[in-house]
Amino acid sequence: MSKIHVTTTINGDPVDFLCDPGETLLDVLRDRLGMTGSKEGCGTGDCGACSVTVEGRLVCSCLMLGAEAEGREIATIEGMADGETLHPLQRKFIEHAALQCGICTPGILVAAKSLLERNPDPTEEETRYWLAGNLCRCTGYDKIIRAVMDAAKDMREAS
Amino acid sequence: MQYHAPTSVDDALRLLAAGNGNCQILAGGTDLLVRLRSEMGDEPESILDIKRIEELRTITPEAGGWRIGAAVSGAEMGEHPALVADWPGVVEAMNLIGSTQIQGRATLAGNLCNASPAADSVPAMVAAGAMARIAGPDGARDIPVSEVPTGPGRTSLGKAEFITSIYLPPRPEGGGDAYLRFTPRSEMDIAVVGCGVALTLDGAGICISARVSLGAVGPVVMLVEAGAGALVGTEVDDAALDALAAACSDAASPIDDKRGTVAFRTHVAGVLARRAASIAKTRAGGAS
Repeated sequence: MSKIHVTTTINGDPVDFLCDPGETLLDVLRDRLGMTGSKEGCGTGDCGACSVTVEGRLVCSCLMLGAEAEGREIATIEGMADGETLHPLQRKFIEHAALQCGICTPGILVAAKSLLERNPDPTEEETRYWLAGNLCRCTGYDKIIRAVMDAAKDMREAS
Repeated sequence: MQYHAPTSVDDALRLLAAGNGNCQILAGGTDLLVRLRSEMGDEPESILDIKRIEELRTITPEAGGWRIGAAVSGAEMGEHPALVADWPGVVEAMNLIGSTQIQGRATLAGNLCNASPAADSVPAMVAAGAMARIAGPDGARDIPVSEVPTGPGRTSLGKAEFITSIYLPPRPEGGGDAYLRFTPRSEMDIAVVGCGVALTLDGAGICISARVSLGAVGPVVMLVEAGAGALVGTEVDDAALDALAAACSDAASPIDDKRGTVAFRTHVAGVLARRAASIAKTRAGGAS
């Protein structure tokens, strides 16, 4: 089976890869590009651990083929911190202890960043609905929601 | 398996015609990729990604209504204020499907072609009188959305055909629509029952036309003529809503499964119809 050559942009960097026609973007990221920040929880779009953005739109990378990334702009958790400087959401997750095992954390951070880019001042209800597709089996969600709300406040004050 | 991403409808049709009939159309992929991953079924010969066909990516005004390309996502529909203003029930139904992440990819046409009896957008489209435009070897044809699904997971489309767009007719003067579903959870769930209502009121507040549809209470979406009949000629008052609820419970022929019993679904079909009609009435400008 011949592989497909894909040219794309990931976190601002041009990236080339070869993939099988049925290979998901998540598998490409993890197994071909060594970007293991995006996690596979369910592989069926239910848990959100593989969340990335494509052309600024939040999606599950397990529900997208690698071949579909041709010419698109992809953003993953690896592009969130600026070198050693954490994104405000990442800092607040640590401050609020909004994670335990950490499997869901990259997806939730990517999803929360996408929310705050669209809506810098979300209500708690809006935040909970936006993140409904990101499952966490450890925290009970309250700490996550508090961390996102607190980060949003800091980001508003800083801007 | 091969992956194709044609940039025109004609190229897509040529690829479909050249295949062995086991080609899967990829729009949002939120059902297709799950199916590919599961052990069920043979791997398709090819996947045909229609998202590179520019004309399928737009929401366009047409003859007073809206043509929604088969590759338009639920999120894009929800971000289109004029579409939301005309057909809020259809957009809400679409936006109920899955998470934010799913909304970034899932499409109306995909929800229709997946042919789940519990598809949320389908009863809303049927109530709205939506038409599906189907491209095929003999050109394009338009059929009512209700004629696309023929059973769970099955559609009336030929092997060399695919849906290129969904057309929502002009919202009539005094028109309003709504869709409601019952799910045990408020988010990330599949309808136990769904109900779409579109109705039109005249200047005096009398209902002059109505379409009522039910999902998840039969193998395919159901247009409930008796439900519409209960509303037309009334002010959509309590007596009319009672008659509507009875007609919908009567029409429902659900199965028992882990998400709901026959008795529960039959009852809830009436309850949802009553509530959806009340919302549609308010949206049509009627007194609440």
